[in-house]
Amino acid sequence: MTSADSQQPDAGARRHTGLMVLAWAWVGLPFAYGVYELVQKLAQLFAG
Amino acid sequence: MPPAALSVHLAIGQAYAWSVFKPPLESSLGLSGTQSALPFQLGIVMLGLSAAFGGTLVERNGPRWSMFVSMVCFSSGFLLSALGVATRQYWLVVLGYGFVGGIGLGIGYISPVSTLIKWFPDRPGMATGIAIMGFGGGALIASPWSAQMLSAFGTDTGGIARTFLVHGVVYAVFMTMGVLLVRVPAEGWRPAGWEPGRAASRALVTTADVSARNAIRTPQFYFLWIVLCFNVTAGIGILEKAAPMITDFFAETATPVAVSAAAGFVALLSLANMTGRFVWSSTSDLIGRKNMYRVYLGVGALLYLVIALTGNASRPLFIVCALGILSFYGGGFATVPAYLKDLFGSYQVGAIHGRLLTAWSTAGVLGPLIVNAIADTQKAAGRTGPALYTTSLYIMIGLLAVGFLANELIRPVSERYHERPAAEPETRAAERGQTR
Repeated sequence: MTSADSQQPDAGARRHTGLMVLAWAWVGLPFAYGVYELVQKLAQLFAG
Repeated sequence: MPPAALSVHLAIGQAYAWSVFKPPLESSLGLSGTQSALPFQLGIVMLGLSAAFGGTLVERNGPRWSMFVSMVCFSSGFLLSALGVATRQYWLVVLGYGFVGGIGLGIGYISPVSTLIKWFPDRPGMATGIAIMGFGGGALIASPWSAQMLSAFGTDTGGIARTFLVHGVVYAVFMTMGVLLVRVPAEGWRPAGWEPGRAASRALVTTADVSARNAIRTPQFYFLWIVLCFNVTAGIGILEKAAPMITDFFAETATPVAVSAAAGFVALLSLANMTGRFVWSSTSDLIGRKNMYRVYLGVGALLYLVIALTGNASRPLFIVCALGILSFYGGGFATVPAYLKDLFGSYQVGAIHGRLLTAWSTAGVLGPLIVNAIADTQKAAGRTGPALYTTSLYIMIGLLAVGFLANELIRPVSERYHERPAAEPETRAAERGQTR
């Protein structure tokens, strides 16, 4: 087995991890925005 | 797979934020409140119908096809609505958002369910809980986003049309990520160290498969329909009238609830609804689906009883009980696909789920109807405070008790409804062939 062969799985794993981070950020960031806006409204319940 | 499912559910969950568009539509097109609610109502009806009738197509053509159809319908709905508002043709908004967009809601709602269950056969409750939590979270994103866009573009017809247009384009891009990412596991795939036989040793959990056509012939389907319908009715009754309800309840106390505080209460209920979807559905993987619904329906009824008996004696107690009820409402939605998987297997669980969602459409009419009609009658009779809602609360307790009984009657599905293993490959090949 050459060193190039052993590096291929690493590159594949890195690509997979990168894709996972991108995919979770794609849905996570808008969701975090929604939760942030919700928390701001929540404060009104305890202030009112 | 979970981000793919979330990108669809977070988008179509926008439906619950339709109310943001109501006041500007009413003022710019001269509509009544009833008229401005039409696109949303038609959308929810179409959600139930397209999920029920499109479920088999979703199973046959797979999640990528159904997510794509959902994306096209949901985005086109916004684009048609933009055209309708720009040309002052309100029927186009109803047709676009309600009819075309509603098909996108139904197909999108069920599209990832069966695939998630196949990827996570060891934790189906958690897997579907994540996706269905996204549907609850969609309104959290859309509500402030749409409001900010309307304030930037204006609330005249031009501003609303531009807002719809941006929604259509952005949701198309956002949902495309799900279409591209979604993957179906290879035949026979299972998580490392997980054995189907071990899971099936639990009561009600089957390793057999039941087709959608056979599932609707079983009593289990109808018992579960009643369970879902009444659990949703009980939650939606509070959710739909949350702001006026808390204001009316404490109007005659030393500390009445201000309008801004009522908005905070609504936000808190949304959070409970969303969190319940993930937390309770994941818990059902540990304690079993039947036990989880015993909690939703039994403890839910007790919480309603506490509200009915204590009235306006304690605001914190009222809020805690309402939060519990709403978390069970969300949990009921999220746990039902896993319950279906336990009873009918994963073969056509998406299609069976689609048919079961007619219970949601029914509850969507039943819950608000009960609470609004009774509150209006009590108000006309000169009653105020908690008395406006006491009868509704007892009706909800009755419905939850019926749901509890229906859940108790659920037994494993008879073997005569199971797919025969020997005929299975031929049947499935034939079904696949029909779609080509």
